Amino acid sequence: MKKVYADPKSALAGILKDGMVVLSGGFGLAGIPEALTYAVRDSGVKGLTVVSNNAGVDGIGLGLLLETRQIKKMISSYVGENKLFAQQYLAGDLELEFNPQGTLAERIRAGGAGIPAFFTKTGVGTMIAEGKETREFDGETYVMERGIVGDLALVHAWKGDTEGNLVYRKTARNFNPMMATAGKVTVAEVEHLVEPGEIDPDQIHTPGIYVTRIVHVPVVGAKRIEHRTTRPRMAA
Amino acid sequence: MAWTREQMAARAARELQDGFYVNLGIGIPTLVSNYIPPGMSVVLQSENGMLGMGPFPYEGEEDADLINAGKQTVTELPMTSYFSSADSFAMIRGGHIDLSILGAMQVAENGDLANWMIPGKVVKGMGGAMDLVAGVKKVVVVMEHVSKDGPKLLHRCTLPLTGERVVDLVITDLGVFSIDKHGARGMSLIERAEGVSLDEIRSKTEAAFTVAEQARAA
Repeated sequence: MKKVYADPKSALAGILKDGMVVLSGGFGLAGIPEALTYAVRDSGVKGLTVVSNNAGVDGIGLGLLLETRQIKKMISSYVGENKLFAQQYLAGDLELEFNPQGTLAERIRAGGAGIPAFFTKTGVGTMIAEGKETREFDGETYVMERGIVGDLALVHAWKGDTEGNLVYRKTARNFNPMMATAGKVTVAEVEHLVEPGEIDPDQIHTPGIYVTRIVHVPVVGAKRIEHRTTRPRMAA
Repeated sequence: MAWTREQMAARAARELQDGFYVNLGIGIPTLVSNYIPPGMSVVLQSENGMLGMGPFPYEGEEDADLINAGKQTVTELPMTSYFSSADSFAMIRGGHIDLSILGAMQVAENGDLANWMIPGKVVKGMGGAMDLVAGVKKVVVVMEHVSKDGPKLLHRCTLPLTGERVVDLVITDLGVFSIDKHGARGMSLIERAEGVSLDEIRSKTEAAFTVAEQARAA
């Protein structure tokens, strides 16, 4: 079966439906499936529940889908960088579910691994645990959190082969590997598309079984940086 | 004289030990990395998926794929490893990180911590803070002793909690407090900033605390 699609639009053709749950990889602007997000915007699909650690920044990444009000609900751990998000949330136009970052990562990992729920210490005694089942194990209290499965997962990888095997680069890996496992359909955009055998099998982060469709999106120009921090060079 | 931000960071650095794996929060905690004693090996973890975080890059060498949890550009070291967010929080939740240093809005005398939301104000989210305080072996808070709204060391936190009975040590601009978070001994003042009187600390602290011998002397 051919997994490679010519462009982001065709890679999403026939998949998008109003009201679906979309998992979107990335942390800040690192490793976000930006080209696929543009294609989601252009499709006009709406009422989306989006699971993503952050919500992009104004005008970039998921910020685009907020501008067009295609998102009904976000499940995130931190949305501080997006002003539009705050406005829509305060106006009651956007639902928001905050998850602790590690709980969010594990919910997605669990979802992809066929685990419907798990217990964690994170959030015990806080409003995060309100209304959730708690249990004691070995004298400590844990709260039950549910696994997450999405209708669609969008991920960004550095390199992929035509079988869907993926390699991520540095901290652009972040949520992408779990997201890839937890989508009923997973679409990956890759900066470099290669033939099977060109990636050392020992170095593959996401095995191709998790990737339904793959699209080559070469990097044009410089990748965006949210907070450019540097140090001065010592005088020679 | 109350401690400066730099002095608070330097004091926090005294909690580091050789071989420690450490997660530093945003703000004053980030400054702690400037005070790692020479010859001491401390590995910094960044919860977005990196162990062995290096300093900021030289101008022109920034890499958009290499950022810390504050989304700032950083560099890698010879011993650096990268991993997914799930692996990163397995490390945190599983108790493999030795020390977490982070900021706070309020700390209660039993070790309760509030540092993520103020009801009625824009909420940005807790990020990884709840996981860190629940999972890391030792939790150190570095914060100003009082805010413009008053004391931050309280009998009970009034803001929504980040974690229940999680703080081991609080370093403020006025002194250092240890907390018996699993026991009944409560909060204890163990150091005063030079020239700060016990009376000043008492007047600016709502939490009940005992005063250790070494913090009594003038």
